[in-house]
Amino acid sequence: MVETFIMQAFNGISLSSILFLAAVGLAVTFGLMHIINMAHGEFIMVGAYTAYVVQNAFAGAGAAFGLYVPVALVLSFAVAALVGAVVEKLIVSRLYGRVADSLLVTWGLSLVLQQLARSIFGSPNVGVTVPGYMEGSLMIGDIALPYTRIWILVIALLCLLALYLFMFRTRFGRTVRAVMQNRPTAAALGVNTRRVDSVTFALGSGLAGLAGCALTWIGLVGPSLGQNYITQAFMTVVVGGVGSVFGSVFGAGFIGIGQSIFEFLTDASLGQALIFLAVIVLLQFRPKGIFSVSSRSLEDE
Amino acid sequence: METLLSNKTQRNRLVLAAAIFICLAVVPAVLPMFRTTLIARFMCYAIVALGLDMIWGYTGIMSLGHGVYFGLGAYCMAMYLKLAASGGGLPDFMQWSGFDALPAWWAPFANPAFAFAMVVLVPVVVSVVVGLLTFLHNIKGVYFSILSQALALIMSVLLVGSQQYTGGSNGLTDFDTILGAPLSSPVTEVVLYYVTLVALIAVFALCFFLVNRRIGKIFMAIRDSENRVRFTGYNTAVFKVFVYAFSAAVAGVAGALYVSQVGIITPAEVGVAPSIEMVVWVAVGGRGTLVGAVIGALLTSGVETFASETFPDLWNYVLGLVCIVVVLFLPGGLMDLPRVPARIRAWLARSRFGAPQGGARLTPAMAAEEGVSVGAALAEEDYAEPAYRDAGGDEAGGDPLAPTAASGLDEKGGPR
Repeated sequence: MVETFIMQAFNGISLSSILFLAAVGLAVTFGLMHIINMAHGEFIMVGAYTAYVVQNAFAGAGAAFGLYVPVALVLSFAVAALVGAVVEKLIVSRLYGRVADSLLVTWGLSLVLQQLARSIFGSPNVGVTVPGYMEGSLMIGDIALPYTRIWILVIALLCLLALYLFMFRTRFGRTVRAVMQNRPTAAALGVNTRRVDSVTFALGSGLAGLAGCALTWIGLVGPSLGQNYITQAFMTVVVGGVGSVFGSVFGAGFIGIGQSIFEFLTDASLGQALIFLAVIVLLQFRPKGIFSVSSRSLEDE
Repeated sequence: METLLSNKTQRNRLVLAAAIFICLAVVPAVLPMFRTTLIARFMCYAIVALGLDMIWGYTGIMSLGHGVYFGLGAYCMAMYLKLAASGGGLPDFMQWSGFDALPAWWAPFANPAFAFAMVVLVPVVVSVVVGLLTFLHNIKGVYFSILSQALALIMSVLLVGSQQYTGGSNGLTDFDTILGAPLSSPVTEVVLYYVTLVALIAVFALCFFLVNRRIGKIFMAIRDSENRVRFTGYNTAVFKVFVYAFSAAVAGVAGALYVSQVGIITPAEVGVAPSIEMVVWVAVGGRGTLVGAVIGALLTSGVETFASETFPDLWNYVLGLVCIVVVLFLPGGLMDLPRVPARIRAWLARSRFGAPQGGARLTPAMAAEEGVSVGAALAEEDYAEPAYRDAGGDEAGGDPLAPTAASGLDEKGGPR
């Protein structure tokens, strides 16, 4: 009994950590620019394929193979951030103020990116070999906690810490929050809002890339990898509240743990339906999410 | 204010729609059977697009979950067809899952009248429940879009998950007869084609009637400034639930027609991606114009079929790029094409007169651009609409202090 409880709790927390990584970039860019980025899932995919390529590059390295993990983490972040920066420059910057349109355009972009991945890497899913030190499980009594999932949890926590320090302890983070709260006023006080947008979008994309890298250890990599997570990532953002890092933590925890519980009590498909119902019920009381930034403006997206 | 039928834009749209319907009416006479069924499928899509245009183009609510209602209608119909095909016995997939009796809620679908009623009723009931839960509590805008998308995800997950009742990811297929007539006979196919065409025309007429009435004006007012409408004393939630249920019913009818002609419905056709594609049809054709939605659905799915027959790999690129280019540079969709020359002229004129570079970005979203293009268009033509936003055509040149096209999109996005 205790074992199943701990196991379920761990599953829930593990799912939450993945959802957090997938959603937090979305939450920040959404809160900042009011852009619905349907291509966010494809940034996850970009990160995952980057990890795959890095792993292949290290394949002949023998004992040094395990070193690919840090390299892959850094490169996944960097490549996804780069793609994000290009996308921001070419497409997203033209969409400010057009929320519904941004959704359609980025959906088109996600189709293009998926097909691009299919053209480059082929349609079949590919796998990434987990290095030796991440294999196996941590045994607590009879409970086996896979090391890969523990690593992902650690990475998610480190990301949370880094984001917290960035948002609340740096000057740039302060300007980001200022623009989020009131763009015109921030601009009037001399904040270069264009630059804040570009940098933040690139960062958010980079975090998606990290999520992609982490996902390679617990599943296969395929062109539609991002599609499997995007809807849930959006739900996470909606539950937590747009633009809030802690909202993403809460939303990820709510959906991740809730889904594990419901799936344990019923079955996989019914579990997802029940968590969706729970989200709708939650939004009855807080239509803009739990950690929504309060605002006096009447028209608030 | 002019009466709407004397309004030039609306009249032109009606003429265009009539031309399309006449073309569609002669299709069975000139094209082979295979192509005719294909076009019947596109017409089902056009019916969905009309419903979506009502809710998105006119009322400004972006639903990313209309595949759900399309699917509900289709599955209700498919259940009837399946029972008709199994001739009183148990459907094949149920036998494989080890059932020995029909589930109680499947049984009434053997009655065609019940099934046809459910095609409309089930989507309406589901959409009213979802609509009340969201609109009454002021969940709107992006939040609603994301919830509706999640609804589409849940729908497909549930359909796949409850294999023993729904056929799982294989869906429902292997139909035989409809109302006693064999589905594979050419006569039935032609009859179904014309039933679909009549349904398309009827839905178009109903939508056209609604948007040119007082209720249509309220829809547009909600789209342009919901708070104003609320402060004027309207309960906007009621109107939003109504238009949501209306478009859901329309989608259900389309789904039922679809499944009886295509012969299969699977969860893959009701999930997240098809639901977004439905919205793309409306965007490509031109939102808030009705006829644009029909054109968008027919054209996009036509090109899709052609492209995936000839270059299967390229289709995703085409659809993706069309999506990006149309929405970025032609937010009014194909219906906006006639105004493109005037826009380009306005753009050229502005760059000649040395409009501030860098600061003012040349995007259609910018109020400045709208202002210029409206001015230019008004100068070029005797009458023009500011943008797709004023699709009804009766607000053009109205109150200049009213929220303009750009502000209707997002009040916050203006000054940056």
